[in-house]
This record gives sequence, C-alpha cells and structure tokens, in this order.
Amino acid sequence: MIWNDEFETLPKEAIESLQLKRLKQTIERVYATVPFYRNSFKEANVTPESIKSLDDLRRLPFTLKSDMRDNYPYGLFAVPLDQIVRIHASSGTTGKPTVVGYTRRDIKMWAELMARSFVAAGAHRGDVIHNAYGYGLFTGGLGAHYGAEKLGASVIPMSGGNTRKQIMIMQDFGSTVLTCTPSYSLYLAEAAAEEGVNIQDLKLRVGIFGAEPWTEEMRREIEAKLNIKAIDIYGLSEILGPGVAIECHEAQHGLHIWEDHFIPEIINPDTGEVLPDGELGELVITTITKEGIPMIRYRTRDITRLIAEPCICGRTHRRIARMSGRTDDMLIIRGVNVFPSQIESVLVSIEGVEPHYQLIVEREENLDTLEIQVEVNEQTFSDEIKVLQDLSSRIRHEIKDLLGITCKVRLVEPKTIARSEGKAKRVVDRRKESQ
Amino acid sequence: MKVEQISIFIENKSGRLAEVTEALGDAGVNIRALSLADTSDFGILRLIVDKTDLAKSTLKERGFTVNKTEVVAVEVPDRPKGLFGILQVLDRASVNVEYMYAFVERCGGNAVIIFRFDNPEEAIKVLTQHNVNVLQGDRIYSM
Repeated sequence: MIWNDEFETLPKEAIESLQLKRLKQTIERVYATVPFYRNSFKEANVTPESIKSLDDLRRLPFTLKSDMRDNYPYGLFAVPLDQIVRIHASSGTTGKPTVVGYTRRDIKMWAELMARSFVAAGAHRGDVIHNAYGYGLFTGGLGAHYGAEKLGASVIPMSGGNTRKQIMIMQDFGSTVLTCTPSYSLYLAEAAAEEGVNIQDLKLRVGIFGAEPWTEEMRREIEAKLNIKAIDIYGLSEILGPGVAIECHEAQHGLHIWEDHFIPEIINPDTGEVLPDGELGELVITTITKEGIPMIRYRTRDITRLIAEPCICGRTHRRIARMSGRTDDMLIIRGVNVFPSQIESVLVSIEGVEPHYQLIVEREENLDTLEIQVEVNEQTFSDEIKVLQDLSSRIRHEIKDLLGITCKVRLVEPKTIARSEGKAKRVVDRRKESQ
Repeated sequence: MKVEQISIFIENKSGRLAEVTEALGDAGVNIRALSLADTSDFGILRLIVDKTDLAKSTLKERGFTVNKTEVVAVEVPDRPKGLFGILQVLDRASVNVEYMYAFVERCGGNAVIIFRFDNPEEAIKVLTQHNVNVLQGDRIYSM
C-alpha cells in the first residue's frame, strides 16, 4: 500500500522538474531572509538567478552543524518567530544544542511524510502504534506521533523510559507497531523476559527503528527476538526529524528518501566532490519545501550511497542504503578506518553474544589500543575459564580478520554497559582526553 | 550421585565478591564449598551451598550471571597419597578432570574434594568400581 500515490510514484523527470522549481523558490527565499546564506552565497559567487538546473546545486556551499551553532539559537530561521509554532533541538552532547523551528506548514508536511513512512513500513489505520521515542526537544517522539495521528492509527505516546510499564502497556493495550531506537527494542525484549513475559506472544507486528546506526545482523536479531518485521527509518532534526527516508516493508532494502521534499547528494567527505549514484560517501541534503529552517546542502555526516534502481514496491523515489556509519563516528585506529557497526556485525554473528558492547580506544606510548567490552550472559557463561577465553579469542580473531587490527576483548558483567533509552553510546575515545 | 554447583561471573572489580557473599547471607544461604578461578579480567566463583535454587535466584536478581552445573563430591582418604590414589584411578580410565577444589569440612576421617569432569557419569562409575566413596548431594548440602 502507498499513502500518497500521486507523489510517491512520480516519474523521475517529474520529480526532477518539481525539485528544480522548489529549489529555486527555496534559494530565493533564504537569500532574501537569512543573512548567513546571503553571505555564503556571495562568497561562492552565486546568486539565486544563477541556479538554472539541478546540477547548479553543487555550486552552492555546504552548510555544517557548526554553522547552526555559530548562529545559535535563531540565526538560520527564515521566518520571524511569530510564524514558528514548534521548536526542537538536538541533545547538544558536543556543545550547544542545534535549534530548529517549524512553521504550521512544516508540521503538516512532517506529519505527511511520517504517515507515508508508516505506510511504507507496513502500518495502517487500526494499528496501535506504541511510540517509545522520547518526547520533548528530541524530534523522535512528536515526529512519529503526528505521523501516526495523520495516518489514523491509535498512537500510545509512551516516550522513552519506564520499561516495566512499557511492557505492561504493550500487553494490555495490544500494541501492534513499536517505534523506538533499535537498541531499546532489544532492551525491551530483555526486560520482558525478566518479567516472565514472552515478547513474541504480544501482538507486535512491525518495529520502526532509527536514531542510531544499526546493522543487518542486529535486524535479524531483533526480528527473531521480537517476532516482528524490523524497518529502518532515517531522519535528523536539522533536516526534519524522523521520516526523511524509510525502508519499504516489501524490499527492506534501502530507505526511500522523499525526493519531492529533499534533494539528496553523496559527496566525498574529504574533497566535497559530488559522487555518482551507487558510490559510498557522505549524505548531503537540501530541503526544498521547509519554511522554518530551509537547509541548503546540509552535511549529515552519515555515510551511505544512493540506490537509483527501481524498487519492487512501486515507489519511484531513490533509496539511500543503510547507514554504514558516521564520518564523526569513524574511528581511525592505527591508520585503519573502523566503524562501530563493523564490530557490531562481528559480535551479533557469534551465537549467544549480546549486541551490547562498548569500544574503548586509548593511546599507550603513541600506539592506539582498542578494547571491546562485551557482556557475558547465561548463554555464553560457563563455569570453565577456557570456554570464556575461547569466546574472547574468537571475537579477537574475527575482528582481526575483518579489520586487520588487534584488539583486547574484555568480558563484563551483564547490564554494566549503559542501556540508553535513547541512543546507545558505543565509543569511548580516551585519546582525545589525553591529548 | 551428583552435586549441584552454581558458578558466578565476576568482573575484577573491588567489592564484587563481597556483594555475592552479602547477597547470599541476606537470603540465609550458607556456603559449603567454594573455589575462585581468576584471570586478569574476570573470575568465576564456584559455590556449593545449602540452598542452590534460592542462591541462584537471589544472585540473578542482583544482576549476576549465574549458571548451575553438576559436579561430583568424592571422599578422599586423609593421608599421604590419598588424593593420588583417586587421580590414578581416574587417569587409568582416561577420565579428564576439568577442575577440582577441596570441601570446607571433612567427612569422618576423610577430606572431601569437588571434581568437575567432562564426563561425570563415567567418572562416578570408575570411582565406585574402585571403592572410592562418592557423596550424595543431600549429604553435602547438609554437612
């Protein structure tokens, strides 16, 4: 099923002419209303009139997260505050939060794109959507909420946390669709088991997971443990929030990015050069319908590639592949590029090993060291030392095979690695502290 | 003929061993025998207690990883070469000892040693054939 047949199945040429029309409007508007853009366009010697084709987009400068911080809080808003009906912000773990504002029309558009996303994921009217994304400044909770209401489903505004109650509500209210971070879904399954509840007996059918990078192996684990279809959703507050792109349940392969509202590009993160479809690089997004904060060539830091091939679901919008990491998450350990997701795929492939892990990177006498902390559970624990040592050395060998680097594996007690109810913290890089 | 043993995964962090013993004490569980195997990162605490299931559930509630395994309690003559005699019997029958540790109390004039075998049935058969006394679980828990 498709929510908006007219727009979701537009032929490529129609999408492109719509994109060009909307891009021109956006460029004119930000040039007139946002001094930051006017200045940066002038520096790059571009005027709104010089944008004549979609290819001209690449003449415009990139917008970075630091530009949002430099213009904190409202400097990038393209409308006066009296037209902004909602303000969200990122967590600001690495400094001041990045603040975003939505006009009434932005909120409507967001709900429309989330409704499309829910339908693509296989949800429908009549579903009981258990929304365990955090409500508040974080866009996840309210973004999914408005989309679920637009869809006409019954939404339970759970927010994150209070795990026991989440399980009780899922049982009693008959939740059929779960929305949360992928790591929290496994935490819910774990907590349910501890309560003596078999989460597989619940009515859950679909899970829509995003807000943190996860792997194909983790998807299989979630699908097996919760007995649901696990769908990957993508979004970021700087662009919109959840619902920028989503996998369709038919293919579960790549996330359709709603091209009538966003123009995606893939660039080489080092040179800024635009790469052709299919090549791996950093995702850059330009919004072409947003009023509150239009974003021109925003560098997402997410690493993916564009899939242009037609999809079996019938939607014509291109797909972005599952995120393989973030340019700012990427660790360089002794010269080797390492993404936490690569380590995760090794761990999840080993029978009985929990996908709860943490990477500790340190520097000892100018040499980088990587320690992988892995939780021991009843399935992997043995009363014999050699069994546990075999497990550590197996993980060590598989990491060495995959990445070519030697690591230390430390088995830790269960629940010692923080279970965030939002995003999991996978990496502790102590090299930065010691420098 | 087998004895229930619980084993607990313990990270090498100060206070963890104390927490285990405190939890068991609070639950009224008495430790009958113990062994701690350790590596640089973690240890495995193996215990024989008077109330195995209660001990296991108590520790699980406190967040520990706990397993239950079966071991064999063997009466060993308390004299030079007492243990050697038994190990020789096992060796001749090609029964491998995974690990072993001594019991806290004595049984009559004899010491008691706990063995972990990869094939406990075979081990018990061999030992009893050679008139080595293998103690029942009930006897051990209430010693």
